[in-house]
Amino acid sequence: MTAPGVTGDGQVGGRPDSGTPLLEVRDLVVHHGQLMALDEISLRVFPGEVYAIIGANGAGKSTLLRTIAGLHHPTSGSVFYDGKDVTGLRPDRRATQGIVMVPEGRRLFGSLSVEENLKVGATYARQGPWHIERVYEMFGWMRERRKQPTAQLSGGEQQAVAIGRALVANPRVLMLDELSLGLAPVVVQRIYGMLPQILGTGLTVLLVEQDVSQALRVASHIQCLLEGRTTLEGKPADVTADQVEAAYFGLAGTAAASRPGEESEA
Amino acid sequence: MAWVNAIIQGVLTGGLYALFACGLSLMFGVMKVVNLAHGDLAVVAGYIAIGVIAVTHVPVLWSFLIVVPIMAVLGYVLQRTVIQTALDRSVLTTLLVTFGLSVVIENGLLQFFTANSRGIGANLALVTGAFTIGSQISIAYLLLLIFAVAVAVLLGLQYFLSRSKYGRLIRAVADDKEAAQLAGADYRHVFGIAAAVAFATVALGGIAFGMYSDLDPTTGTDTILLFAFAAVVIGGLGSLWGTLLGGIVLGVAQQIGAQINISDELLAGYIVFLIVLILRPQGLISRGAQSS
Amino acid sequence: MSLTTETTARTAASFRVTRSQRNVAWTGAVALIVVVVFAFLPYIVYSGSTSILVQAFIVLTLASMWNLLAGYAGLVSVGQQAFVGLGAYFVLILALHGISPFAALPVAAIASGVAALPLWWLVSRLRTGYFAIATWVLAATIMLIIEKFSSIGGGTGLPLPGFAGMDPTLLTAYTYWAGLAVTVLSLAGIYLLLRGRIGLVLTAVRDDEVAARSSGSRVGLARLLVFVVAGIGCGAAGGVLAISQLQVQPSAVFSVQWTAEMAFATIIGGLGTIEGPIIGTIVYMVLQQTLASYNAWYLIILGLVAILVALFARRGLWGLVDERLHVRLFPVGYWLRTGNAASRGRRSG
Repeated sequence: MTAPGVTGDGQVGGRPDSGTPLLEVRDLVVHHGQLMALDEISLRVFPGEVYAIIGANGAGKSTLLRTIAGLHHPTSGSVFYDGKDVTGLRPDRRATQGIVMVPEGRRLFGSLSVEENLKVGATYARQGPWHIERVYEMFGWMRERRKQPTAQLSGGEQQAVAIGRALVANPRVLMLDELSLGLAPVVVQRIYGMLPQILGTGLTVLLVEQDVSQALRVASHIQCLLEGRTTLEGKPADVTADQVEAAYFGLAGTAAASRPGEESEA
Repeated sequence: MAWVNAIIQGVLTGGLYALFACGLSLMFGVMKVVNLAHGDLAVVAGYIAIGVIAVTHVPVLWSFLIVVPIMAVLGYVLQRTVIQTALDRSVLTTLLVTFGLSVVIENGLLQFFTANSRGIGANLALVTGAFTIGSQISIAYLLLLIFAVAVAVLLGLQYFLSRSKYGRLIRAVADDKEAAQLAGADYRHVFGIAAAVAFATVALGGIAFGMYSDLDPTTGTDTILLFAFAAVVIGGLGSLWGTLLGGIVLGVAQQIGAQINISDELLAGYIVFLIVLILRPQGLISRGAQSS
Repeated sequence: MSLTTETTARTAASFRVTRSQRNVAWTGAVALIVVVVFAFLPYIVYSGSTSILVQAFIVLTLASMWNLLAGYAGLVSVGQQAFVGLGAYFVLILALHGISPFAALPVAAIASGVAALPLWWLVSRLRTGYFAIATWVLAATIMLIIEKFSSIGGGTGLPLPGFAGMDPTLLTAYTYWAGLAVTVLSLAGIYLLLRGRIGLVLTAVRDDEVAARSSGSRVGLARLLVFVVAGIGCGAAGGVLAISQLQVQPSAVFSVQWTAEMAFATIIGGLGTIEGPIIGTIVYMVLQQTLASYNAWYLIILGLVAILVALFARRGLWGLVDERLHVRLFPVGYWLRTGNAASRGRRSG
């Protein structure tokens, strides 16, 4: 018996298997010095999806996102974007091509105001539906406080500015790294509540989230990492809570370290 | 009254020091590069100006228009090649490389131009004249002009940094170059722009210095670098107007030292610098983020 | 068995920490022979050659000290010329009071080390860039202060007394031996320092400062010790300089050129290895001798080569050799051997 959502020949069920994925990662191996952070990770994100990567601390989630963004060089493996191999592309070039990441911890420009942060995001923007005014419309409070230094904002407000900064670049793939970190649950929900609006403009979202229930609520496809390997993959509707828990913690006795395409003991 | 004159001199000289200092501050604030060759670049600019004037016979004040852009381009190129490579290695390497550059430049100048000091002469009344108040106060037009230019440059820099696209990028990259990359900015290019600006301002300072006093191969480190650094430290890193304040404090301290004992000008400046460095490494105007 | 438990089991069993013993005995023997050969040189060669060697000794001592500071303690000092000058002036002052300059030399060296203490207090808290500039300013300040005292020559300096009536050949020989002694003692001192606990602390700091501090290492003390030792060494070199020049001029002994020379020699030879300064000094002397008539050229070329080495061959010429042959003349590191006899083990230091 294989893990749900994964058929025996490795093909992912329920998703278009014709047509190229917008973003694809093949057998990615990434090291942090001597430590192997990612061990032959693969994934495919199709247009319009909300693809969530979950896993415990140190599982390699952020490393994966950062490698896709270009901030880490993989030891081996490749990253494909819109059918093209972008593994060797600089991070700023990936951003101008349409892969934009909202980094972990917001990483706003501290000495710039809210508006200036957005302006920087818009400097090398592609053509598209998003612009600064639209960001102000989405986050009602922002226009009034646009001249304020970002240090004066609350965590949730900073997260909003960080997302806005990424949006004004008009990405095709928006990557969100640990949105919920350091934020109150109510704030996190409000922010995730914006996702439909974002998706409505034709974006695809790849996110990393430690809060599993939140991820399951918003994702259209989910992948769980543990110690650099994939332990689960599939649609939220197709996986049970037990399976997620087992994949998250890597408990022995379940199909431990089950990989797409592998058989496990029944 | 001689003291009043001294203080006025000191304040005005502060403008010159600010011109030297703002480029150093910019490079350190943005790229975290302590450019030990900074002063020597001012001297190079001065020598280029002398050469340009000798060859083309343009009016002295035009030499600025020719030399400053040359230095700006040199700054961009040097940053993107040598300094960026050093930065990619380590902080230590950048220090060593800029020190090496400083020694190479100085000895190169020594080799080709001898140790004789030169000035950028100009016979304009503007440059050589002064206006007097009473019998003891004499303010050289040139010094006043330099101060005015320094203030103008600082205003220009402030406007550039706060309003223009590249100014914003420079500040963003200085805050977080990785996040800037994620926003599509090539930080190496932005660093280059910052270096170009820094080299341009120090070139201005060098030519001004050459008109006001004399240049020789060692002026870069003996005088300019140490004063630029002192002005930055006294005024506080990260503060543009702080470099003016720092320059003024330094200039005044020097003049007071000279009043006490004529040969003490240099020493007074150094001592003020050391005191501030030890007591408050973050300077008199500190930006919260910068600390030792 | 899960991943984590597997690793722990393996660890406890089979890592051993050893010192590289093999090399030491050989190096010691060779070093002794080398020193003896050098000591006999004045009897064999002309005085012109010995004075060149004295220059080499000075640069080698300075370079070793600079290497200790920058390569091991991470202290990039652009002001070591302060100690060179202080050493020279201490010798001068003592000589003016009737003491033989040769006898004054050790005293001057110690005095320079003592002078390093208040200077350290002034600059110890500063970060790299600030530290560099501060040392530079300190050196310049010390020079200006010393120039105010006409009793020791003011701005023009004084000839060094105490050699009246001495046979010139003997003087040259004594100067040579003084230089040799200073160099040998400096290298030996550095080697012993680095081989001991201090060396371990410094290497740990070099690799990861936060980890080193949090594990309780006395980082500040180690750095202070290094700074003082460098002060002593540079002071001693300054003393030898004064003796070899037969005079002390402020602009000569306090020149930043000394730092340039020691830094370049070290970088080219290999920053962070004890052997590096030796190679670097050889390169320096070769350049200086071949280009001597061309004034500033040797410094220009030396500087350019140093820049290129710093950018592209970070461990210098010795680093290139070391990488191929895994040789250490002065072994100060430790070997980490895994249980598997076939594996080479990882080396640190």
